[in-house]
Amino acid sequence: MTNASDSATIELRNVNKWYGDFHVLRDINMQVGRGEKVVICGPSGSGKSTLIRCINRLEEHQEGDIIVNGVELTQNVKNIDEVRRHVGMVFQNFNLFPHLTVLDNLVLAPNLVNSVPRQDAENLAMELLERVRIPEQANKYPGQLSGGQQQRVAIARSLMMKPEVMLFDEPTSALDPEMISEVLDVMGELADDGMTMICVTHEMGFAKQVADLVVFMADGEVVEAAPPTEFFTNAQNPRTQQFLKQILSH
Amino acid sequence: MTSHHLISNAQTGASAARPAPVAAPGLIHWARQNLFDGIYNTIFTVLCCALLIATVPDLFRWAIWDAAWTSTNGADACKATTGACWAVVQEKYRLMLFGTYPYEQHWRGALVVLILGGMSIVSGFRVFWTKWLLIAWGGAWVAIFVLQLGGVFGLVSTPTHLWGGLPLTLLIFFGTVIGGLPVAILLALGRQSNLPIIKALCIGFVEMVRGVPLVTVLFMAALIFPLFVPESMTPDKFVRALIGMLMFFAAYAADIFRGGLQAIPRGQYEAAEALGLPYWQKTTRIILPQTLRIVLPALMNDIIRAFKNTTFIAIIGLFDILGATKSALEDPIWVSYGTEAYLFVIALYFVVCFSMSKYSVSLERDLNKGNVR
Repeated sequence: MTNASDSATIELRNVNKWYGDFHVLRDINMQVGRGEKVVICGPSGSGKSTLIRCINRLEEHQEGDIIVNGVELTQNVKNIDEVRRHVGMVFQNFNLFPHLTVLDNLVLAPNLVNSVPRQDAENLAMELLERVRIPEQANKYPGQLSGGQQQRVAIARSLMMKPEVMLFDEPTSALDPEMISEVLDVMGELADDGMTMICVTHEMGFAKQVADLVVFMADGEVVEAAPPTEFFTNAQNPRTQQFLKQILSH
Repeated sequence: MTSHHLISNAQTGASAARPAPVAAPGLIHWARQNLFDGIYNTIFTVLCCALLIATVPDLFRWAIWDAAWTSTNGADACKATTGACWAVVQEKYRLMLFGTYPYEQHWRGALVVLILGGMSIVSGFRVFWTKWLLIAWGGAWVAIFVLQLGGVFGLVSTPTHLWGGLPLTLLIFFGTVIGGLPVAILLALGRQSNLPIIKALCIGFVEMVRGVPLVTVLFMAALIFPLFVPESMTPDKFVRALIGMLMFFAAYAADIFRGGLQAIPRGQYEAAEALGLPYWQKTTRIILPQTLRIVLPALMNDIIRAFKNTTFIAIIGLFDILGATKSALEDPIWVSYGTEAYLFVIALYFVVCFSMSKYSVSLERDLNKGNVR
């Protein structure tokens, strides 16, 4: 992956981060090319969520470079806004705005940030709700929807900004088991459409089907990174083998 | 392998859905459940009944049966009865309601009260919450100041030192709340700021104002402030009192908002930021609407208190409705009928405060309709 940096959408070079004295990210180097799908897995506390939250600056890294779409993330607020406009994020707990209807959740950001006229934004919103298969919920409030429906709305909300990269932070971890597949289906379709995706998840079935690269993190460092076929059948590092044994045994 | 008997079992199927059992109806049943439920409850009920029987008839006789409603010749009718003297209200209501405002201009004060009351009632309905309401309020305030101050359109000039009674009470109240809420929100946001100076200033202001009694703030505004500032630059007493009240209200409301802001989950900020919303859009569209919903009960409590706190301005020589009533009762003929006059004022305060309280409950319910889980 040495030459990937020319066409990489996201590039992390020697990224380090501390929470107080706790070294949470250690010398992370990673490139993600346009249209590629990366799944990050690892035990809890390994820094995988922190890592993707650094990519849209919800967390600040202290050392190293993070370059998204050619824009380097620094203290510069302009750069941060620029990056966030091109990077969508889906959270574990959906984080829909509870005081707004589903439709308003979708329309708000493009309307305010990109000055898309309300009618156009609503049309796009209905199109996307159609795509995530819940157009009939447009006028309900998030609290009236199931977890799986909420997460699909959250995905649609991110897509409203026409992002070039989507970050998923354990999108199915807060869902009841019977709702996981409806969200994964939507994510799979998004992947098929060529979206660049970085996904923190424990859904190894999803990783096998969709990922170009599976990254295993532990204790703040990248322990192993390989295409899924290799990752699941021929993991090199004993920690990876141990993790896979635990997660695939049931 | 030994044969094994399974104990666990579950039967399938259920009866068809049926309505929930209804509680036994009837007044007697209700009374038995609620009033005569056990020996202590029964004793308590009997004692309460005895207390009511002992007081209510006397109160009724004093307030209604024997009361003097009108009195043509001074307070004669009142002297002739042992009942209440409501005639004092009929005799003095204009002085009580408008204080030192010129007598023949009282209609202007009455109009101000009507405009404020009418606009408040209209604003209470969510269907009217559009930009037109803001425009209407803008117009209302222009009309109110023209009416209250005069000096234009052929109206006699009535500067603020002539203001008094209910219009003064309402203007101080509305000024305090309308001016105080934005200040409170800014103070609460400032307290969360990453900039140490802004944070320190906001905390310092809130803690300082909360650390002193309202009366002190008003004395500062009325008496001490003019000592340090040249007279030509000193705003008049009404404005100074208003600023004092506003600061006091804002400091308390700021802390309510701070609590509300802390209750907003971190994820709401993050979701807004991830969508690229800049600070003010994130704050006004995502954070504050949710905060307002959380703080509404506590905030309404403070707003009601602000209404009652307007009585403090009497201490610095402004004749709010209570102050005006007090001076109206200096008339030697009516001086001994203060109880009735004050009861009238109490009733007025109660109606306003109770309405606000009821409204806040209904608004809470209304706002929560959308996000019942």
